[in-house]
This record gives sequence, C-alpha cells and structure tokens, in this order.
Amino acid sequence: MNDAPRHTPDQTAGVFAAYDVPDFFCELMNRKEIAPPTLQNVRDRLARFSLADLRHRTNAAETQLYRLGITFTVYSDKEAIDRVLPFDVIPRIITAAEWTHIERGVQQRVQAINLFLHDIYHDRAILRDGIIPADLVLKNPNYCEAMVGLDVPGGVYVHINGTDLIRDQSGRFLILEDNARTPSGVSYVIENRHMMLRLMPDLAAGLPLRSVEDYGLKLHQSLREVSPKGVLDPQVVLLSPGIYNSAYFEHVFLAREMGVPLVEGKDLVVENHRVFMRTVAGLRPVHAIYRRLNDEFLDPLAFNPDSMLGVPGLVEAYRRGNVTIANALGTGVADDKAVYAYMPRIIRYYLDEEPILASVETHICAEPNGLAYTLANMDKLVIKPVGESGGYGLLIGPHATQAELAEFRHKLQDNPGNYISQPVINLSVSPTLCPQGVEARHVDLRPFAVTGRSTWVLPGGLSRVALRKGSLVVNSSQGGGSKDTWVLAS
Amino acid sequence: MTEISANFSSMQPGLNTLLSRYGESMMWLARYMERIENLARLLEVTESFVRGPDGQPGWDTILQINSDEECFYARHQSVTETDVVTFYVTEKENPNSIKAMAHAARENARAVRPLISTEMWTQLNVFTGWVLKLQPSDIRLDSLYDLCNRLKQECQSHFGITEGTLYRDQAWLFYLLGKYLERGDQTTRLIDIRYHTLLPGHEPVGSDIDLTQWASILRSAAAYHAFRRQQPVTTTPANVVGFLLKNDAFPRSLSTSLRLVDNALSMLAGHGSMRRLCAPIQERMAELRATLADQTVEDIIIRGLHEYMQWIQIQISQVQQETACAFWPVTPHDSIMHAQSQQ
Repeated sequence: MNDAPRHTPDQTAGVFAAYDVPDFFCELMNRKEIAPPTLQNVRDRLARFSLADLRHRTNAAETQLYRLGITFTVYSDKEAIDRVLPFDVIPRIITAAEWTHIERGVQQRVQAINLFLHDIYHDRAILRDGIIPADLVLKNPNYCEAMVGLDVPGGVYVHINGTDLIRDQSGRFLILEDNARTPSGVSYVIENRHMMLRLMPDLAAGLPLRSVEDYGLKLHQSLREVSPKGVLDPQVVLLSPGIYNSAYFEHVFLAREMGVPLVEGKDLVVENHRVFMRTVAGLRPVHAIYRRLNDEFLDPLAFNPDSMLGVPGLVEAYRRGNVTIANALGTGVADDKAVYAYMPRIIRYYLDEEPILASVETHICAEPNGLAYTLANMDKLVIKPVGESGGYGLLIGPHATQAELAEFRHKLQDNPGNYISQPVINLSVSPTLCPQGVEARHVDLRPFAVTGRSTWVLPGGLSRVALRKGSLVVNSSQGGGSKDTWVLAS
Repeated sequence: MTEISANFSSMQPGLNTLLSRYGESMMWLARYMERIENLARLLEVTESFVRGPDGQPGWDTILQINSDEECFYARHQSVTETDVVTFYVTEKENPNSIKAMAHAARENARAVRPLISTEMWTQLNVFTGWVLKLQPSDIRLDSLYDLCNRLKQECQSHFGITEGTLYRDQAWLFYLLGKYLERGDQTTRLIDIRYHTLLPGHEPVGSDIDLTQWASILRSAAAYHAFRRQQPVTTTPANVVGFLLKNDAFPRSLSTSLRLVDNALSMLAGHGSMRRLCAPIQERMAELRATLADQTVEDIIIRGLHEYMQWIQIQISQVQQETACAFWPVTPHDSIMHAQSQQ
C-alpha cells in the first residue's frame, strides 16, 4: 500500500475511530450506562474488523440474498425484478433486562387489544363508559360489521401482532404503532440471523444469543390451539395473494416453517359453509387460515365483489365457526393511528394496570384541543394521516420548509379528523456501514407476538434502519434496510 | 428403477394433500427443464454435426422438429445460423425459446417454492436469472458449443439437486411424470426429423452422409457411445431408430421414458383414493407401451415411422390432458371467473 494514513486513528477503536453520537442514545456505543460484558465484547470484536472486511462481507450478503431469492419482486410489464432489502452486517443488540421489559410490555399490549376487540364487537362497555369516543370505533373504516356478536376461539382476534418500538434520547422504549392486521417482516428476522451466522461467525462465536428458530413451530401450534372446537387434527394453511405479491417470499418462508400448504384463493372452495382445498386427490378440509390478504379481498361475496384473490363464502363459513381466520377480521380498528392515542387508557380500563411500555404523546386533531395544539406547534411535531401506512403522507415539522408547513396547514384544517400529531422523538441510533464508513443511523424495532392459548414473543424482532443520514423513516419503501437483532440471554 | 425408489407403503398417512396447483406446477417445472436441456443438445449437435445436402449445417431441421417454421418466418426472413440460434435462445416472443422456457420454469418453481428444497430454488434462481439476462450480443457463434454445454449442465445440475434433495411425496411423482413425458416426446421428435430418408426412393441407406446424419441424432440424444457398445459393427438407420425407441437400458429411449411415466403413475395410483383417477391414464399408457413392445423396428418403419411418431406425440399430449383433468380439474366456478376476467 502506497497511501500513508492521513491521520493516525485510535487503533483500538478500529472502524469506530470516527464514530461519535453525543446527541442520541446509541444501541451499541452510547448506552448512558455501563455496558454488560457481552455487549462490551461485541464492541471489541467489531472494532478489530477493517472497513474493507465489513464491505466485503456486505457485498457477499447481497449476493447471497439474490441467490437465495430472499427478495421482494416488483412486477412491471411482464418483467419481474427481484430486489433485496439492504442488510447491514453490524447487529443491533438488546440486553437481557431490556428484553424482559419489552416482552412483558408487548404481552400486555396484545392482551388489551384482544379484550378491546372482543368488547367493541360485543357489549361495547368501553364506549358506554366513555373511555373512547364511540364514533372513533363504530365509524372507523376498519370496523367490520360481520364480526358483531361473533365469538372467536379463545377470544383471540390478533394472533400475530407486530409492535413498532422506538427509543428516545434517554433510551426509554416507546410504542410508536401497533400492527394488528397482517404485520410483515418476520421472515427477515430469521433470515437475517442465518445470514449473520454465515457471514460473521467470528463476531457471534460463543455469545449467549437468544434463538429465533422457533417462530414457525410456535405459530403453527398457536393456530392449532385456536382451530374450531372438535377438530382432532386441524389443517392449517397460509393464504397468500400469490406470486405477484411483493411479500411472496415471506409467505413461502412461513408456509415452509410451519410445514403447511401455501394456498391462493383459487385453491380454496367453500361448500356447505365449510372450507376445502383442492388437492390432487379431491377436496380436503381446512380448519385454520393464516391469511396474508387484507379484509376487503377475503371474500367477494362479503366485501369487494371484484376481488379475484379471495374465496366466495369464506366469511359465512367463518361466522358459522367452521374455520378460524388469523388474524380475525376487523382488527384494523385496534391499530388505527387515532385509536392508538387511547391505548394507555384502554390498557388501564381492561387490565387495571399501568402500561408497561409507554406510548408516544399523541394529539388527536379530531379533538378541538388536539387540533389547536397541533396548529400552534406544527414546526415541532410529526403530523401523521391516520389511515396511511408505510411512512407515506406524514409531515416532519422540524425538517419541513415554510411552504410545506403552509400547505400541510390547509390539509389539516380541511380534514382535521384525518390527522394526529406527536412530538419529534430523537430516535436511537445504531452503528451502520455507510459509504463514508461506520456511521450512526436511526433504528426502530418490530417484535412479533404470537397468540394462541397464551402470548409468545419472538426474542428480538425486526430492526429496521434508516440508511439516509439523519432520516427518521425506516420503512423499506422509503430507503430503509435491516439488521440482525441480538437478544442477549445474559 | 432407482429413479423411483420411494415406497409409499413406508410413508406417513396424510400426505395426500398436495394442492392441485402444486401438482400442475411440479409437472411443468420438470417439462420445461427437460425441454431446455433437449433444445440445448439439439443446437449443439446441429452446429457441429448436422449437415444438409449442400454440406451446410441443417438449421432448418431444428425448426421442423419443433414445428416452429410458422413462428420463425413471422419474425425472420431466412434460415441463417444467427437467426435460428437467436430465435431459440434469446427471443422471448418465441414460446419455445430457452429464454421463454426458463421464464416459465422459474414462475412454476416460484409457485412450488414452499415445496422444493432451498438448494433447488437457489440453483434455478441463479440459472434462470442468467438466461433471462442473455442478449443476442452475448451469443457468439464461435462459442455456441460452450453456451449449449453450460445450458445442459445447468439443467443437469437441476435434475441432480432434485434427485438428491426433493422430498419423495406426490410432488415428486408429478415431477417425474412431467420429466419423462417430455423426454419421451423429445425423443420421438428427434427421430421424426430423419424419417424421410427412410422413405423408399431416397438416397441409398448406408451412404456416408446418411451415416453422419444418424450418428448426429444419436449424439443429440447422448446415445452415441451407448449405441456403439450395443452395436459395435453395424450402423443402420433401423438400428439407430430401434435403439432410440426400444432399448430398455438407455435412459433417453422412448421405451425407458414410457416405462418411467408408467411407474410414476403406479406410485400415484397406490395412494388411497388416487387409484380411480389414475386408471384411465394407466390404460392409455399400457396401450402405448404395448404398441412399442409388440412391433419390431422394421415393422414400425414399414408401416410408417413418421405416422407412428406423430401418433405417439398425440398420445403423450393426451396423457398430459388426462392428468390435468384428473388432478387439477377446471371447475364451473373457475370458468365463470375466467369468463369474467376476459370481459
């Protein structure tokens, strides 16, 4: 090598020599507490890598993801383009104590959501007691009339829940969003771990990491537990929109991990209000459906009559208790961004407990006070439309221009009920390999909870990272990548 | 046969839940991969050995084998090496091109991805990704041999990985059904291409050019050396045809392919309620195999080789259709949906 180094970096700091994040909580380097020995060990091991080595392994990861087909496919004009979710080789670490806290908090949240859904589709006590405005629930576009009075097995509506967590500047975990419909991303949790063990065996060697291998088993078990009563050996299937869906890889992954058929709507048929799948030996009964289709596409007879993806008669079969659908219909009320603001009160109402995981302070623009506060503080707030997902249509006040603020003000005043606002949280960061070296990038965390007779939380979850410098938006549709999440067993 | 060593009596009950759609895709995955391999062989052999009466490579023969003249002339003026090779390798508009078939194989594999091994998917994903990116400019005629060889080897890798990793349930049997139906069909097409030299009044059988032609047919079926071992002294067209049609030890002969189709059907039939569904197809296969076993190759030639090859091709296509009717029937509901989507 001819190039002499321009400065002499701290040799012990290695790839972290220029790493500096005074303003944020850093998951690896700036925890504002004494790091547990395992975490210190990971820091030391990482520091011994060279940048070139990390880049080499990152490239290898990308090649592997393409080859293995861990991709989302974008279809245009007969062309199928496979894209990979960018993978960062530096893991995000959660200590044993942090995980215990998250796990309990997520279990509490799921329990409250299931009780809430049962209530709003039965007695509506929470509405009578004035805890949450009745209109917000009953006029919610996701409220599903077909669910009224229907008893679901075990009282479980949300069998699979994804809770989006962030950490503020002090490191406190906050719930940003619930995903109670068809949360996606769990395949990446497991595939990222496999990738990590292939690519960075020297980093992971001998560390006490919690395993993520059990997900398919637990999911299958839970779905069997909530199958219709009296079925000895329930047949579970995974219902996918098919190969043209961008999440098809995840559907394949989950079907394989559970060992159940991946079906499309056209593979199922309803006869005498019972669901069957078409096999080479004729029709075979189906008892539980893990569906990755939204409510409105499930059954052309009950919802969107143009849906070619669904199964005619499925909802009636469901209403008669002949099949379990996971998640249940109409769960979207619970993860609505406006209902979110009431979640702490919902938890207290049903469980008589304080929320273990706090929510982000939320102003509801449908309420006069909330609107007034939001209008007065637009430049300090994140303002979100309640119906959108994927990070679309939101305004980050401190990053917005005057013109953008003015334009958004009109939208807000025209339709205040469509918005909520929250303070800007200085999301925690994690060291991430970037074009200029290892730099701090904001991360979030989506743990996945599976509920049958009880609620089990997959240790860790999907850590998404905003790859653009300073960006707070981690969604894969908006330039996000992902990291392996290591939950330390000790 | 080692190809079907799976014994269903030792399998757990409850495995007869293969989705119809999976059965269909497994069958077509195998058919497309087998067809790609055969086409690659044919291109390679044509380039090296097949010569027309003028001594030029017989590129028009390939078009005849595949009944592709119409499709070809719709897009090309004349039969040159470049035109034919492009037509068969990179022209996606030609449904019989390697590119179009690789695409079809990949989409079928995508549908059965929950069933096939990760190793199968990964190899197929990389292979088809390479083929789909091939441009006419990537095909150098002076290295056509290398291209064809790589194509063949990729297909053979696929078959090898499948043999070594695919779980032996009904999905496997439908895969075998597709593979051997296609292989049988391809062999008849290969033989059919030289049938006219056997017609009375043509150049005398046994002339030099004729023997080269027949040897090239053996080569495109990877049969040349096996044939030599069986017939070290005499090469006659009848011997060659007989070997490709009736030799039970040669893996690409028609009789072997039909036997393996039959074996796969027997395995399927042995599985509970499938017997009834398999019976009519097995009957057709029995008749098909009997016509082959009961005639000498001389009989076949005298009665009309071309007619017999065409009859076999029709029978094979019937087996495909009957399999579809039995195992992935179109229901009244499907036809309604289909009619609606066409409006």
